[in-house]
This record gives sequence, C-alpha cells and structure tokens, in this order.
Amino acid sequence: MQKITVIFLSTSVALGAMLQGALAEDADNITAAYSKDGRYYTADDVPTFNVAEDGTVDWPTYEGFRRYHSECHVCHGPDGEGSSYAPAIKNSAVDLDYYDFLEIVASGKMESKGGTEFVMPTFGANRNVMCYLDDIYVYLKARGSDAIPRGRPRQKEPKSDAIRADQKECLDG
Amino acid sequence: MKRFLIGAALLLLSGSLMASANESVMEATGNPAQWAIQTGDYANTRYSKLDQINAGNVGDMQVAWTFSTGVLRGHEGSPLVIGDVMYVHSPFPNIVYALDLNNDGKILWKYEPKQDPNVIPVMCCDTVNRGLAFADGKIFLHQADTTVVALDATSGEVVWSVKNGDPSKGETNTATVMPVKDKLIVGISGGEFGVRGSVTAYSIADGTRIWRAYSMGPDSDILVDPEKTTHLGKPIGKDSGLNTWEGDQWKIGGGATWGWYSYDPDLNLIYYGSGNPSTWNPGQRPGDNRWSMTIMARDADTGIAKWFYQMTPHDQWDYDGINEMILTDQEIGGEMRKVLTHFDRNGFGYTLDRVTGELLVAKLFDPAVNWTTGVDMDPNSDTYGRPAVVPAMSTETNGEDVNSVGICPAALGSKDQQPAAYSPKTELFYVPTNHVCMDYEPFHVAYTAGQPYVGATLSMYPPKGETNMGNFIAWDGKTGSIKWSLPEQFSVWSGALATAGDVVFYGTLEGYLKAVDANTGEELYKFKTPSGIIGNVMTFEHGGKQYVAVYSGVGGWAGIGLAAGLTNSTDGLGAVGGYAALSNYTALGGTLTVFGLPN
Repeated sequence: MQKITVIFLSTSVALGAMLQGALAEDADNITAAYSKDGRYYTADDVPTFNVAEDGTVDWPTYEGFRRYHSECHVCHGPDGEGSSYAPAIKNSAVDLDYYDFLEIVASGKMESKGGTEFVMPTFGANRNVMCYLDDIYVYLKARGSDAIPRGRPRQKEPKSDAIRADQKECLDG
Repeated sequence: MKRFLIGAALLLLSGSLMASANESVMEATGNPAQWAIQTGDYANTRYSKLDQINAGNVGDMQVAWTFSTGVLRGHEGSPLVIGDVMYVHSPFPNIVYALDLNNDGKILWKYEPKQDPNVIPVMCCDTVNRGLAFADGKIFLHQADTTVVALDATSGEVVWSVKNGDPSKGETNTATVMPVKDKLIVGISGGEFGVRGSVTAYSIADGTRIWRAYSMGPDSDILVDPEKTTHLGKPIGKDSGLNTWEGDQWKIGGGATWGWYSYDPDLNLIYYGSGNPSTWNPGQRPGDNRWSMTIMARDADTGIAKWFYQMTPHDQWDYDGINEMILTDQEIGGEMRKVLTHFDRNGFGYTLDRVTGELLVAKLFDPAVNWTTGVDMDPNSDTYGRPAVVPAMSTETNGEDVNSVGICPAALGSKDQQPAAYSPKTELFYVPTNHVCMDYEPFHVAYTAGQPYVGATLSMYPPKGETNMGNFIAWDGKTGSIKWSLPEQFSVWSGALATAGDVVFYGTLEGYLKAVDANTGEELYKFKTPSGIIGNVMTFEHGGKQYVAVYSGVGGWAGIGLAAGLTNSTDGLGAVGGYAALSNYTALGGTLTVFGLPN
C-alpha cells in the first residue's frame, strides 16, 4: 500500500523527464539476486521474475500473466506483443526504469505520433491494476527478455501466504 | 396524456402521407443509386437492386478512385451517398467529409469535432465509428465522446448537438444511429466499464430527448409493461430487470447497445440487441442478468417493449447480443412469416417471428461451437428457449481463478458486429464469421467508475487442428443450415453486400475486397486495398454507372487481437506463434477505395 502512495505523490514528474530517464542504468535490471515470500528482486531491490530450469515461474509472474490479459491486453495485445492500437509493452518493461514504468501506469501518458494521438489512461485509482502492478511488471519483463514464451506459463510456484495477505489488504483497502 | 399529445402533433405535422417511418429515409433508401443509412435499408438486408456489376462482368472491375481519410485507426462502417454527394467518416477524431461526385470527389465541406482525447483509452477496443446516417436533409454523427450531432447535409453546419452519455464513467460510442419517423435512435458503449446500457430516442428536429430505455433496472427504466411485454410468449412479470440480479449489481450491469438497429414500418417496432452483463466474472453477478444478451422489439414512438428474447442468460463468455437483426418475409413450414434473423456471438443463427417474438429456428452457424449442445425448442419445457451449457465449458461452474480451456467460440464470438447481407433472389444470408476459440479464467474485480471492469483473463487461438480463423458462409435461415463456406486465414471482419447482379462482396483483414458468386461462392474478383478491411461494403450509382466502395484501415478488436498473431496455450509450447500474425500482412491507414467497371 505504501508503494502506491509514493506513486501518487510523484505524478508531477514531466513526461519529457520520464522519457529521458527511460533507459535503465548500467545496473542489471533483470537477474534475481534474492527472494522474499515468493517474490524476487534484483540487487537494487527492484522486483523481477524467476524462471527455474524446468520452466517453473514465480507466482508474481504467473499472476502478472493473468492480470495483464484482463486489464492491459485489450489495448496492448496478447502477451505484451502490441497491437494496431498500442505499442508492445513487453519491451517497455525492459527498457524503462522500474519507477518510470510505475509512474506511467499510475498517471497515464499522452503523445502524438504522425498526427495520431496515443493516450494511455491513468490507472492510479484502479485497484485491479495497482494491486497487481509489480506482478504485471515482472511478467512483462520476463516476456521482453524472452525468459518465458508466449501463452500461459505452464508451471508456477505456489502463492505464498504473504502474497495472499497483501493482495487481500490491497483489494479490500 | 403527454404521449398522446406528441402523437397528435406528429399527425398534424406529417399530413396524411407519412403514416409511418421517416419519409425521407424511405425515399432515400428506396432509390438504389443511393446509400442513405449504414444498413442500406431499415430491414438491414444490405442488399442492392443494382445489377450493372454482375457475376458475369465483376471480374473486369477496376479501381475508379480513392480517398485518404488521414486517420490511422480502425475504419468501420461505410460512406453514404445521397444524390451527387458522398459522405465519408473517420474513426476518432470522427471527421466527416462531403465529397462532390460531380467534381472528382472535391471536398464540399469538412466537419471535425473537438473531442477530449481522454475518451480514447476509455474505448475498450479501438476508436472505431460505424458511420453516419441521413434523414430530413441532415447528416447524423454520434461521436466517440457520445455527442450526437446533426449536420446540415448541404453546408455541414451544426444544426443541433446533444450529449448522450458521460465518458468519465466509461460511456462512449462506436455505433451508428437510426432515424425513424421524427426520432433518432441512439445507443451507447461501455460494457467493459460497468455502464448500464440504454437506447435513447431524440427529436430529429432539435435533439430533444423523447424516451430512454435501459437494458436493466426498474420497469420504469427499462420501459416495459410487465403484463404485456413478453418473453417467449409469456408476460415478463414485475421487476424482471431487478430480480434477476443480486443486490445493486444491475446499476453497473452492462447490456450496452453498441450494435445495429432495424425497423419495421408496418409494425412500428425497432429491433436491436443488448450486450454482455458486467463483469466478465459470472460469479460476481448471480441470476439471469436480464435484459443483457437480449433481442429487443420496442415501439418506435414510446420505447415500450413488445417482446424480448434473452439468448444467453447469465453470460459466462462475453457473447454480446448486439449483432444486426435482419428483417425478411420467408415461407417457413408452408406459411409466410415476418421473421427476424440474427447471427449471434454465441454461435447460434436465430430465426424468430418478429411480430410475436416466437423462436422458430436456433442452429449453430459454426460447427466449431462447443459451449452448448443446443437450444431447448420445446415450448412446454421449463428451459424453453435456453441454451444447454456444456459443464466443462462453463466458466461459472469451473469457478473463479480456474482457467477453462478450449471454449469455442472465443469472446469475439462466432460473429461480431460485422453485418451479414441477405439476397431475396437466392433467399440466402451471407455471413462474415470468426473461427476462434479461447481459454477464459474469471476472477474477482473491484468496480471504479470510469475504469475497466473486466474480471477475466483470455487467450485466443483457432479451433484445434485448424489454421483458418474465419469463414464467409451462405446460410439458409429457414432451415438453419450452411449452404457453402469459404475458409479465410483471418476472421472476416467486414460487412457483406449482396446485389441483384448475383454477386456478394466482402473484405478481408489482409485487405482484399472479394466478389463471389451469390449461388456458388465461387471467387470472381479480388483486389488488395492499402490496409486490412474492417469496414462494410456498399454500392451506389452515379452518372449511370454502378460503383462499389469500401473503407480499408485495419484496427478494432481484430487489429488488437490478431495483430501479433494468436497463441495456443493448450497445444503446448510448440504451437506458440505458429499462427499467422496480421501485422505480417498489413499496416494502419484509412483509405476509401471505389470500384467500377471499365468505361
């Protein structure tokens, strides 16, 4: 819940600045360095995915697949591949800094390309998105780095009690 | 009393000739040189009496001229032709052009509304618009932001405008409107945002609201008479739009009305269908969820419903019932009947008596459909008129957080809004269809006004063992059987046109305009337009010459769902990405292409 509050406060960052800071620094934004309660993080404490040798994905990546295909795919196409309407965000999750990614989802984005306006809505007030935002992020990062193929992940780690409790608190809050 | 007064005033104004319908629309649609409303005629047949282009010479057809709309988004609907003027429309920002057919398509006027771009992402599946309508010297546009505008057909000046909905609550528009008598019939979109769908009649003269009928809610909102409005021959009873819902769910119950409208001037009834109940998670809305997923027959003057037929009670798959209602007179069982034929998303081709709402035929028009074993046709049965649901395909039975696999059709339906055509010469319906299946996993969602309210995860793929994602079929509505079926690589997302020249036209997502023989389905002509076709084919005559016209400009649900190609999660990893990606065949861009025979 705290994380979401932070995002609301930071919505004043200009779009230009967001794009400037889009490319990740040299730091490894992908590899999981440690895990806690069934969630995985990079050395910089940024959420990331974890795929075991037998293809088993972490629970948040699986949850991200489900939530993405409910809330996001109607614009961004199946599996983060993009559509005639919106760009392939599986790449955005890899190219964008984590905090910039959250910012765009929470605050939305508007730009004009070739005379056509592209508008992403603000999801900051949408619990169906915000309560699962890290899940959607790690799922798309897994897709964008080709760590998992298209389609529903076959095998997944079980949902931890901590994740279950956090989801309930977020959705009911 | 008020109703009576309005009726009396109408009679005074219209004199003795105009007993019903809208005279200008009847006259305009009665002249095959013109195309005055999107559906071609009130009966939604999409049939033209023009026969200069026919099965014998369509192979010689050429492009006569083209016009760019300057807009990249999905182009649905078709242009209109009234006299010597063609009226072209675009997706958001909903530009309207009047083109002078006497002067090589010179632009006579252009109308471009100012709309808040924040309406763009509230439209679930692209900013399409299914086109303009003509009546009483006015061109009617229903914009994305739900502003209904009447434009002077000669000058393009705004005569009046009215706001039909509130985009901040997820209410938007993609549909055309239908002028009937002195009224304009107007629907609304937003089933994926928890809106409560409605149909509204506005005065053609000045935009005054005359009646509004919601899809669910109290009897006074849904405009019914509990004793006289019937469902399968029986009175619907009190509070049907409330007691088939749990709690206040009906207030965000969906049943959007974003499809097509038809009208029978003799019966004075308008016909249309309502969309999915919200959310897509059936577990959150116990009950039959009336009157979502329903064919409706309403009195054009009062909006009061004469009859309903709910095709998919308590939907579990997003099978919106909004597809067109085609009105024909056919001999069924040795008797001439006034019938209504409807190809639903759920895979059934329905034929009903449009006077009474009696169900005559309900047969599957895609053999791949597997969620049901058929509709109960026994009037004495408790489940009369209901589809029998296969338990394994029931996302309700399988429950929340369970992935139900291999359901056919997908949420796109066996057919979406792309309208079919009917030829009275062959007595066949020509139906553009989807041939796609899905996995569907419902889960709990919270409602926030103006935010998506979906509640299910979907993935889509062609039926097992097949690679074609669409078919173009000829359907016999009397018996409910397929006469011929043409496989297409992608869903056929273009509205069909049938003509007295025994030719049927349709477009494909790769961008082909195709002409086939109305009797055999044999391909007679094809031409690849600049982009994928999701528009509807129309025809007109100018200077003694017949033309055929269609928008290209890929987008809509097709452009979103099929652009990157489909996956098949149930076939294992080997099949992933094995299906054709539409983005390998076509790119964005709106163009009108007009075809004719060589001089």
